[in-house]
Amino acid sequence: MPMLSFLIRRLLQTIPTVLAVVALVFVLFSVVPGSIVSSMSDDADPQVELRLKKQLGLDDPVYVRFGAYIAKLATGDFGTSFRTREPVTAMIAKRAWPTLQLVFTAMAFAVLLGVPLGFIAALRPGGLVDTLAMVVAVSGLSIAKFWLGLVMMYVFALKLGWLPSFGYGDGGLKYLLLPAVTLGVSPMALFARTTRAAVLEIMTADFVRTARSKGMSETRVVKWHVMRNALVIILTTVGLQFGGLMGQAVVVEKLFSWPGIGSLLVDSVLQRDLPAVQGSILVVVLAFLAINLLIDVLYGVIDPRIRYA
Amino acid sequence: MFRMIAIVAGLGLALAGSAEAQTPRKGGTIRMTAPYGSSFTSLDIHTTQRAQDEIYAKALHRSLYIWDSAEGKPIPELAKEAVVSGGGLVYTFKLRDDAYFHNGRKMTADDVIWSYNRIMDGAKAYPGARYVRIIEGAAAVEKGQAKEISGLKKIDDFTVEMKLTEKVDPAFYLFTALTSIYPADEAAKDSFIQHPIGLGPFKFVEHVPGSRIVMERWDKFYKPGKPYADKVIVSIMAEAAARDVAFRNKEIDTSVLGPAQYVAYQADPNLKGTIAEVAEVFTRYMGMNPAFKPFADKRVRQAINYAIDTDLIINKLVKGKAYRATSWLPLTSSAYDKAMKPYPYDPAKAKQLLADAGYPSGFEFEWTTSQNESWGLPIVSAVIPMLDKVGIKVKVKQVEAAVLSEVVRSGDYQAFIYSQQTGPDPQAALKCFHSSTPQSACNYMNFKNAEFDKIIDDAGQADDTAKRTQLLQKANALLYDEAPVWFFNYNKAVMAVQPWLHGVQLNATELTHQNVEDIWVDETSPAK
Repeated sequence: MPMLSFLIRRLLQTIPTVLAVVALVFVLFSVVPGSIVSSMSDDADPQVELRLKKQLGLDDPVYVRFGAYIAKLATGDFGTSFRTREPVTAMIAKRAWPTLQLVFTAMAFAVLLGVPLGFIAALRPGGLVDTLAMVVAVSGLSIAKFWLGLVMMYVFALKLGWLPSFGYGDGGLKYLLLPAVTLGVSPMALFARTTRAAVLEIMTADFVRTARSKGMSETRVVKWHVMRNALVIILTTVGLQFGGLMGQAVVVEKLFSWPGIGSLLVDSVLQRDLPAVQGSILVVVLAFLAINLLIDVLYGVIDPRIRYA
Repeated sequence: MFRMIAIVAGLGLALAGSAEAQTPRKGGTIRMTAPYGSSFTSLDIHTTQRAQDEIYAKALHRSLYIWDSAEGKPIPELAKEAVVSGGGLVYTFKLRDDAYFHNGRKMTADDVIWSYNRIMDGAKAYPGARYVRIIEGAAAVEKGQAKEISGLKKIDDFTVEMKLTEKVDPAFYLFTALTSIYPADEAAKDSFIQHPIGLGPFKFVEHVPGSRIVMERWDKFYKPGKPYADKVIVSIMAEAAARDVAFRNKEIDTSVLGPAQYVAYQADPNLKGTIAEVAEVFTRYMGMNPAFKPFADKRVRQAINYAIDTDLIINKLVKGKAYRATSWLPLTSSAYDKAMKPYPYDPAKAKQLLADAGYPSGFEFEWTTSQNESWGLPIVSAVIPMLDKVGIKVKVKQVEAAVLSEVVRSGDYQAFIYSQQTGPDPQAALKCFHSSTPQSACNYMNFKNAEFDKIIDDAGQADDTAKRTQLLQKANALLYDEAPVWFFNYNKAVMAVQPWLHGVQLNATELTHQNVEDIWVDETSPAK
């Protein structure tokens, strides 16, 4: 029961967040210069512009448009794209899977490589592995994704010929690998650093010293006490990074011609296609909130001391 | 005329030569790229005016006319011939009776009339309306005053009569994909936007939004033996650096090059031969607002043209990827005057002109610009010290490209830098400076000159092509003297083309817009 009320409370908390995001995007697009109308038509006849505005509903005051949008949103209708004249939900549905593929693969790469790396480094602090791991971690955090992506293309596509340099192909691993690794390097580095710091801190904690003094083997200490406690911190970082990855995917998708929500968002912003921008941002926000909710639930599984009060 | 002045270099000549020397091979896949954004706007080409979308539309759709790059003019396509009567205002088109839509139905006059009526639907504000509006009664449909265009009459299934509102060549208006002919029955359905049906040499197979469009050969295409290729894939690749890697890795057959890549490809012996380039019908310039007092004086505008070392900027900053502009009409315009010389770099003369105009110590103005690498902030930054030398100070106002187009149309500027389409029809390009053309249309500098108006009006009435060209050249020379803009450059479009791809046309209206039925791939293509 506490879990259920916790979930209901968290879900209710998402409503003001979503409303705030929608309002912010609406206000931003109302004050920034530039309009979809100029990119859709450069007709000599000023009447065309007026008709276009009327057709797109842009001749109404902002508050009227905002109210109409919220009313539609409540029924699950994201509106119709100004540019493509397609329902935004249909546009996003086509793009959601490639973005999820990309983000989850990048996250899997980051977790599977970053966490063990940080763990190993922490077990032998100051040693060769630790130094190398931290060099990798710092480099991973410092390298710009655009540049890294180009280097990956150059090495693995052009020089080695192992992988295609761009595109979605059939959506298989061959096409996914380079963009996913490019996207995953930065969180991988962050996980390595976070894990190392967490493990080092826990290793000197009183309960670990007690476990050792009781004669528990080092393997058991690490497995049952250190790892489990470190997981809570790692999980928090993973949750936050998911949101970051959804945003950073914009650069990677554009570079690799990956057909995700990020590239949809870029074109929609540049052309002031408000419904498409709203829809794309909303999906990213909802995904972020959902993942963080999942992480919160997982806390309790990992550490039974955490209660959903 | 066009052929004589067409700028052909590198692979351009090699391409033409090899295409003629070899027999086109049937089969294979053409792998083109769409470089102008991260997606296509729509599969309904009537709704979008982006150059990006016309890349795929050239394979999928056809219009009454088509652009012939070799001739440098639009030629009949779905129309077999046009008989002109009524003092040049009535065109009777004999349509092809062998053009089939991709659903197997034969195109008729009804489809032409239906398509033009659709484009004139005022509630939808289709961008092609500005072209179809030359037909009598089209504007009435647009305003909701009529249901059908009165100037269009079906004579029989394959004959259409078209009455024009003014004496213009409709070929220049009805050749773009914005005026594509749709199948009347299919295009009205909602499913059309997901699965478009056209008359082009390739039919639609698949669209992966944000990634690619795939099309395959339409066997009932009306040109015998064409298209050559089995398939066309147009991949969306907005990043120039990514295109570069993919091109070198032989994953794509064409790649538009920016200034930096242009230099790198020229320097690389393995890539130098892949370059195709053409002077596109775009003029880059700094527009000056005559409502801003100093710019109202012709001498000040001329002084700016003398004060800027344009050649230096083109060579060093634009890396030679542009042609020096002499006046408004570009190199590839049929009315371009080869005898014209650009304003020389002469700061002393610029100072003298400023002094004569009452600005011996110069003045300050605000220059609105986008970030565009070829005609934006980098160019403005290079010009500032040159103008400073003659006493003119510049305050830069940076805006987004989408905002710049609004600024330009509203006249809310002192000066701006821009790239404007100046062809293919020289008369339409120059008419932008006619006093009857609103600023919001294309008379961005709000130019008003009675002498210029008269020349343009006379050219519009001239039946003789040579006389019309002569008048247009006179108008272009008048613009040179009036200098409403700093004449910067004409765009040099550059595309790298793999050696196995043959028949690529040097299209001055937009190099990426290819009549794909004329392109073929030889057996060395990795795509087979």
